[in-house]
Amino acid sequence: MTAIEVKGLSKTYGKVEAVKGVAFEVNPGEVFGFLGPNGAGKTTTISMLCTLVNPTGGAATVAGYDVVTERDQVRRNIGLVFQDPTLDGYLTAEQNLRFHAELYGVPKEVVDERMRQVLEMVALWDRKDGKVNTFSGGMKRRLEIARGLLHSPRVLFLDEPTVGLDPQTRSAIWGYINKLRDTEDITIFMTTHYMDEAEYCDRIAIIDHGEIVVIDSPEALKASIGKDRVQIVTGDDERAIAELRDRFGIEAAVREGQVTFGVEGGESFVPRLFGELGVPIKAVSVARPSLDDVFMNYTGSTIRDAEAESATAWMRAIARGR
Amino acid sequence: MATSTKGNVTGPGEVVAVHVPARSLRHDLRAIKIVLHREMLRFGNDRTRLLSSLVQPVLWLFVLGTGLGSLINRGPAVGVDYRTFVYPGVISMTVITTAMFSAASIVWDREFGFLREMLVAPVSRGAIVIGKILGGALVATSQGVIILALAGLVHVPYSPSLILTLLGEMFLASLAITAFGVSLTAKIKNMQSFFGIMQMAIMPMIFLSGAMFPLSNLPGWLAVLTKINPLTYAVDPLRHAIFGHLSVSPQVVAQLNPGVSWFGWHVPVGLEIGLVAVIGVILTAFAIAQFRRTE
Repeated sequence: MTAIEVKGLSKTYGKVEAVKGVAFEVNPGEVFGFLGPNGAGKTTTISMLCTLVNPTGGAATVAGYDVVTERDQVRRNIGLVFQDPTLDGYLTAEQNLRFHAELYGVPKEVVDERMRQVLEMVALWDRKDGKVNTFSGGMKRRLEIARGLLHSPRVLFLDEPTVGLDPQTRSAIWGYINKLRDTEDITIFMTTHYMDEAEYCDRIAIIDHGEIVVIDSPEALKASIGKDRVQIVTGDDERAIAELRDRFGIEAAVREGQVTFGVEGGESFVPRLFGELGVPIKAVSVARPSLDDVFMNYTGSTIRDAEAESATAWMRAIARGR
Repeated sequence: MATSTKGNVTGPGEVVAVHVPARSLRHDLRAIKIVLHREMLRFGNDRTRLLSSLVQPVLWLFVLGTGLGSLINRGPAVGVDYRTFVYPGVISMTVITTAMFSAASIVWDREFGFLREMLVAPVSRGAIVIGKILGGALVATSQGVIILALAGLVHVPYSPSLILTLLGEMFLASLAITAFGVSLTAKIKNMQSFFGIMQMAIMPMIFLSGAMFPLSNLPGWLAVLTKINPLTYAVDPLRHAIFGHLSVSPQVVAQLNPGVSWFGWHVPVGLEIGLVAVIGVILTAFAIAQFRRTE
């Protein structure tokens, strides 16, 4: 049984098509990432899967239950961590978790043990009696993750779980997510617009303008671009560029003060480069294509440009609405 | 862990299996209980709220009550201190404002995201709304208890039967008011508008309820307004109970505690209480329906 199955799911707000008939499947135990710029339709899709928003068209099942007709079943089997905090700051961490346990009907005899387990997992057990208001942003997010896991959901939804956190906390949270993958029988569906985080996913779907552009593992996506990025520092950049063109048929350019070009099998190319270029090389670096390159390749723009563009589009839409 | 005698203890690394049961009445009751419990926790933690909501009634009773009393005690109603008269009015005022504030917490919950945590749970919206209303009513009644403690200062006896009656009537009134407030919060999503509406609805209702002045010998238009004001039927039983425990002449009672009459028919206290209860139930049902529809 698939953990999540989505067929032609769409959502229209007035005249704006936020999600245009997306389709995908998520396998049990997988960490599946939705990667795209802000405004691409990530949050709308996640909201439909969590039964918070009714789809305009198409169908979806989560943990085998239909998100429209079997809402309660879906809700019982999912954990949610939203972009914005949903904790009661005036209560302690423990009180917040107890509230959740009661609301989700977690059997009384396992509440204490389970609570300890999830709090230890996010390293908050010793802070359980602290008021949530006194917690840092990272601690709150960790507490939300613990709470989302309390009722042992089949699928955990994380909407931008690390947005607004410092790099150290971000990597800590990824540590917990990876640990989770090992200890719990759970499927994780997450959205992100951080390229480096998408690397942690088993598979990612790149979404842009409400449509899925491509779905595959990060490795396969990067491999599909083929070329590695090679950068060399030479004594004579102009001659090096000319030689690369003449001897290897490679178009190179100076980027970040280095001669930069793309080539298949970068590592095996480097020895040839030293032997045949005829220009002294002082330093060399070979880089695999990043997901940035992947995003660029499939959508034609970098994720930052796409975000800037969607922001302008929003402004225009608002201006038109007035 | 080794010293534990429990049978289902898991070793390190093992995951506690949680099976969330299907929705049932028992589950809904648990949800009601925890939502209610949270209201009480929040109330208990918030000392400033506890104190600040005491300021108004104390001002009414002892400053305005004493000041106005010196004016009124020269008039025909001599025999009962104005503070004694206005006491049930102050009780209802306290209970009403606290109940509305409790309902307003839903607006806060929405602003701080906690409402979403409740609304996405696999539990009926009705359970959450009922929990909120019961919690708010209980908080308002607890606040009223503090005013009850002041009874002796305004010459109202500490009789157990009187206190029990007042508690019951206070709870019923708070229930109806919280239900009213909660049904407002389904539509009103920011604090400013909520308090605006609260001022607009609650102030006139208090003024027209007989909380501050007796309902006898009023001009026709004012008498009509007081009779269609639901709050009148929450205040009158309180005053009736208190006057029942005072030793004053029948003339004074007729003047200060005339009760409510419809076209010359004196409405019995039992019917008044029933009326408040029915309004409370209708408003609760309305609030549930409102929250079922949204989001």
